Amino acid sequence: MNMVPLSHYLALSVILFVLGAAGFIFRRNIITVFMCIELMLNAVNLAFMAFSRFRGNLDGQIFVFFVIVVAAAEAAVGLAIIIALHRNRESLNIEDVDSMKM
Amino acid sequence: MSILFYIVAAVLVLAALNMVVQRTPVYSALSLIVVLCSLAVVYLLLGAEFMAVIQVIIYAGAIMVLFVFVIMLLNAQREEPSHRSRVSRWLGVPLIGAFTVEMLMVIWRQFPRGTTPPAAALDGSPQAIGHLLFRSYVLPFEVTSILILVAVLGAVVLAKKEF
Repeated sequence: MNMVPLSHYLALSVILFVLGAAGFIFRRNIITVFMCIELMLNAVNLAFMAFSRFRGNLDGQIFVFFVIVVAAAEAAVGLAIIIALHRNRESLNIEDVDSMKM
Repeated sequence: MSILFYIVAAVLVLAALNMVVQRTPVYSALSLIVVLCSLAVVYLLLGAEFMAVIQVIIYAGAIMVLFVFVIMLLNAQREEPSHRSRVSRWLGVPLIGAFTVEMLMVIWRQFPRGTTPPAAALDGSPQAIGHLLFRSYVLPFEVTSILILVAVLGAVVLAKKEF
């Protein structure tokens, strides 16, 4: 049977989240920054699933379901924005996205 | 059985590290797909078979495919090293390490070793999730369907060439 304690699942979730946050802050390609956001969302999903298992409550998995759905919607809209940005500036560097004007 | 969790956890951390460190966006996307599929294995270890399949089909199979499409469409190249100062990097990485250690200590203090053995096996079948989703959580379910509709409309409008 599964004898892994809860703290190990949470430690893994923390490590993934910190890696995602570090990439989000330090990387300069817009798409890579966006993928680091998805990594952070997945770290939180893992924490939800671990808590759902260890409390015997299925509500945590329902929350993960909704997080996945919202992440899908956010990815679609965010990538459309990135495409529009690329069309206007011809660059995928976040240092070039520094003004609201076209 | 629990050795599998530690192997998958090592794969997860290495793939996430690779994703953050790689300069080519396509390699980062492939590493993220490895992360997502390994997370599905962890969900299976937790007894949640429905969420594991949802993770593979929707997250790794639709969202990441969309990412790879956009990377190929925009022809994202290798990222060059920054021309700005490196102070943030020299200062930031130790601070990130300190934050990680602090969070791990909080977890260690809150859940000391061996106090929480897993409860009785959780029923993660589609029937159980469906019972919850269509009874207690039917309102968020319908609201997310409207959310997806709005996201589709928004994506089409934002990516158009001309209005």
